[in-house]
Amino acid sequence: MLNVAVVRFPGSNCDFDTLRAAETVGANAYVVWHGDTDLRQADAVILPGGFSYGDYLRSGAIARFSPVMQAVQRHAADGGAVLGICNGFQILCEAHLLPGVLMRNAGLHFVSKPVDVTVERTDTPFTGDYAVGQRLRLPVAHGDGRFLAAADTLRMLEAEGRVVLRYVADTEGSPYQPNPNGSAAHIAGIRNAGGNVVGIMPHPERAADPVLGLADGRGFFTSMAAGKPQPSTAKVLSR
Amino acid sequence: MTGSAVAGSPEASAFPGERPVTPEAVREHNLNELEYGRILELLGRAPTMTELGVFSALWSEHCSYKHSRPVLRTFPTTGPQVVQGPGENAGVLRLPGGWAVAFKIESHNHPSAVEPYQGAATGVGGILRDVFTMGARPVALLNSLRFGPLDHPRNRYLFAGVVRGVGDYGNCVGVPTLGGEVAFAPGYTGNPLVNAMCVGLLRESDLIRAAAEGVGNVLLAVGARTGRDGIHGASFASEELSEKSEARRPQVQVGDPFTEKLLLEASLELITSGLIVAIQDMGAAGLTSSSAEMAARGGVGVEIDTGLVPTREEGMTPYEILLSESQERMLVVATPTRVAEVQRVCEKWELSATPIGRVTDDGIFRVKHHGLTVAAIPGQRLVDDCPIYHPEARESEEARSRRSAVPPLPPKVDLQNALELLLDSPNIASKRWVYEQYDSTVQASTVLGPGGDAGVLRVPGTDFGLAVTVDCNARLVALDPYEGGKAAVAEAARNVACTGARPLGITDCLNFGNPEKPDVFFQFREACRGIAEACAAFDTPVTGGNVSFYNESPTGAIDPTPAIGMVGLLERVERRVPSHFAAPGDDVLILGTTRGELGGSAYWAEIRDFVGGRVPSVDLEAERRLQEFLVAAAGRGLLRSAHDAAEGGLLVALAEAAIGGPYAASGVGAVLDLERYAPRVALEGLLYGEDAGRVVLSADPADGAALAELARAHAVPLFRAGRTGGSALELRAASRVLSWDVEALRRPYFEAIPRRMQHADAERSAGE
Repeated sequence: MLNVAVVRFPGSNCDFDTLRAAETVGANAYVVWHGDTDLRQADAVILPGGFSYGDYLRSGAIARFSPVMQAVQRHAADGGAVLGICNGFQILCEAHLLPGVLMRNAGLHFVSKPVDVTVERTDTPFTGDYAVGQRLRLPVAHGDGRFLAAADTLRMLEAEGRVVLRYVADTEGSPYQPNPNGSAAHIAGIRNAGGNVVGIMPHPERAADPVLGLADGRGFFTSMAAGKPQPSTAKVLSR
Repeated sequence: MTGSAVAGSPEASAFPGERPVTPEAVREHNLNELEYGRILELLGRAPTMTELGVFSALWSEHCSYKHSRPVLRTFPTTGPQVVQGPGENAGVLRLPGGWAVAFKIESHNHPSAVEPYQGAATGVGGILRDVFTMGARPVALLNSLRFGPLDHPRNRYLFAGVVRGVGDYGNCVGVPTLGGEVAFAPGYTGNPLVNAMCVGLLRESDLIRAAAEGVGNVLLAVGARTGRDGIHGASFASEELSEKSEARRPQVQVGDPFTEKLLLEASLELITSGLIVAIQDMGAAGLTSSSAEMAARGGVGVEIDTGLVPTREEGMTPYEILLSESQERMLVVATPTRVAEVQRVCEKWELSATPIGRVTDDGIFRVKHHGLTVAAIPGQRLVDDCPIYHPEARESEEARSRRSAVPPLPPKVDLQNALELLLDSPNIASKRWVYEQYDSTVQASTVLGPGGDAGVLRVPGTDFGLAVTVDCNARLVALDPYEGGKAAVAEAARNVACTGARPLGITDCLNFGNPEKPDVFFQFREACRGIAEACAAFDTPVTGGNVSFYNESPTGAIDPTPAIGMVGLLERVERRVPSHFAAPGDDVLILGTTRGELGGSAYWAEIRDFVGGRVPSVDLEAERRLQEFLVAAAGRGLLRSAHDAAEGGLLVALAEAAIGGPYAASGVGAVLDLERYAPRVALEGLLYGEDAGRVVLSADPADGAALAELARAHAVPLFRAGRTGGSALELRAASRVLSWDVEALRRPYFEAIPRRMQHADAERSAGE
């Protein structure tokens, strides 16, 4: 069975949701405290959303120094799968496991709503069950979700195909703005060079159950449960 | 009179350096002659300054309910579903499978008037603590907000700050905001209303009360340190706002939602592990009220040494420590043998838990500071013996005459164009600008988020869900407090029933002006009479709530605003019914009777600049049948959508159903024929009248016969008005055909508030 470590920082608030979503795909999911350094043979690590350490100073800036992050760094360096969702994405950037930063939303407000994103890479441990170009509707809920990076970093991300999710930006005239935070190149999620570390702003764990009206996020967890990244070519959905 | 037979009280000493208790000091503490006389009699001596502060807090309107108690006693509070009625931190109702729901609403009006961001944030923090101290995990937040019109910059500033404060706090703690209401009217210009409601889930067996028990048990202060913020907040809440209120800004507390989240987890762990005897939030009047109320509920005394309370600043006096309203603090009672374990749990959550006193057998509320006794008051009498007032209630002549008045001016626009104007009114327009700032999906249980009739959440691991809403049409209450009170409960119940849920019970936040004014007390008494009758008729008992008086500014009293928070049970959550038309080709049906009553309507207010007239009367029996029909129809899966007709009347309800949800790619039009629906009603009243008890439904045409049969069985009028489809809302009535392009309606509906708030964003970013 797949071992999934969900890291709980003080102030994490999507830890239960993430745990539940991982369990529904048959994973052995468990919580690892921020002070622990043992990931207990995790196959995958998820840094859930929330406000670690109150997001004081800067989102994710304090969490990167917690003992558990050393273990996460080692796990990532060994090629282990790591997914950062929302605040988890912010922590991965602060910890330099992913490039770039997540700044205050362009509109200055916290934004909570469903958004449409396109899957651009399926060769990650979390997106193998999707098809390239597949459109997903997922909730976002963040105040600091505006992904920005230096121009050469952005060029590198595009050249190396490291954008995993992108906000759909072609709904001109629609009463809702498609990119919720003004991120560079409408980026909603990226991966590292090795492809094993993924950070995304939307919350797939909140869209993994049909009774909630949104189930497009379930693929992140079924992909993870399948255990191996898939080649990034068009493929049939296994859902 | 309750209380012990203690004649007088043990001695207490003045704290070194404190000022003497003079008549002026008594006045400054908002205690009148009668009340001070009662204190002298009760103590058998003059109070110390510390004691005066304690009395001032506990005998404030906010804590003592001294003007409202006799009226509140008339509320129905019992029923088989009631686990805990009024008097605890929150009310609790029974759910299936051993589950229960704890919920409560509370005001934070005055702090928000002077410091909107922190005032609103700490309002959310306080209501969360009220719920999790019952042993319940908070699963939903709602709020009811009122401001002056948005064309005034100060109102925009208050509105923006309050919304940001509400959002930042709830978002950080990780509790979804599932609904609420916002309205704008001139009466709230100097005195906005910020009411926050929290709903929590618990196993009924985990319920814990806030009663100190067991002589010798230890009192622990858990959570944040005590600072000088919020001293006398409860008293501040109990006076009118004035130009001097700005100086009260230091009395507004500062919130720390991060500590709140830790406190939430630690408290729930302490409760479910059975480590503690009792727990209470140090909310209004801080340590004073939490300790005195816990002792009184347990029929015991307490002794606290304020010298042991961890403080944020050096040199705080016992007076300041007792009355501080610093946030994110709990008072916990535990047996001496469990103290170390309690401290271990708190440490895990990075919180301190400090023993500060013990439960005693002499019934005295005793406060020491490093051993020196600075207060010693008979505890039960301190809580119970505040004088209770029965103020005069008399409706003003002006209020009476407003009911019989008619609009003096002709409509600004014709019936066709009035719809767009109404949808552009911030009171009716989509509140998306507001609720997009609130996390509505955290906890991954949101089935219906904000933007519909009621929020719906799934209870994890079960088939059932809860519907939650908060409602009040204050214009109706202002014109006719009794009918307005009934209407507020009826609207809340209708909203809950529209999702398919059965209304279970309410919590209320009763916002009024100064009760010592006869016309205000009349509004209060009559609104409560209406609420009580409606709750009795719907079998939705009052489980608690909050009274907020003195909502007055130099420009006068607010519109009376009794906000009704309601919880309903949805037995099969997958059968939940949304508010908006689902697809073309469905039947559109109208439930209920239209007489075309325009009194108190949004149409008269917005299109004819007139607030007045006789408001629609609520037929409680008909409302109850309508709710039962909705629950039965939803339970059998016969409804595609259901939307209550409230502000703006039938036409606005139809338009909202057609406009669709906030993230629908487009609306769904409809072609309707109302020629035979209410043939004797004039078109103006048919379209825009606000008769109670009406709902717009859509359904699969194949279910038409079943619905008609169900409506007959419930004796509810059901009219088949037409079909969904097309891009227009087209309506035939009174030998006319009116038509609106749905896309053209979406724009004003969704942009009314953001357009007005562009200024506020500009103002804010210019200031940063």
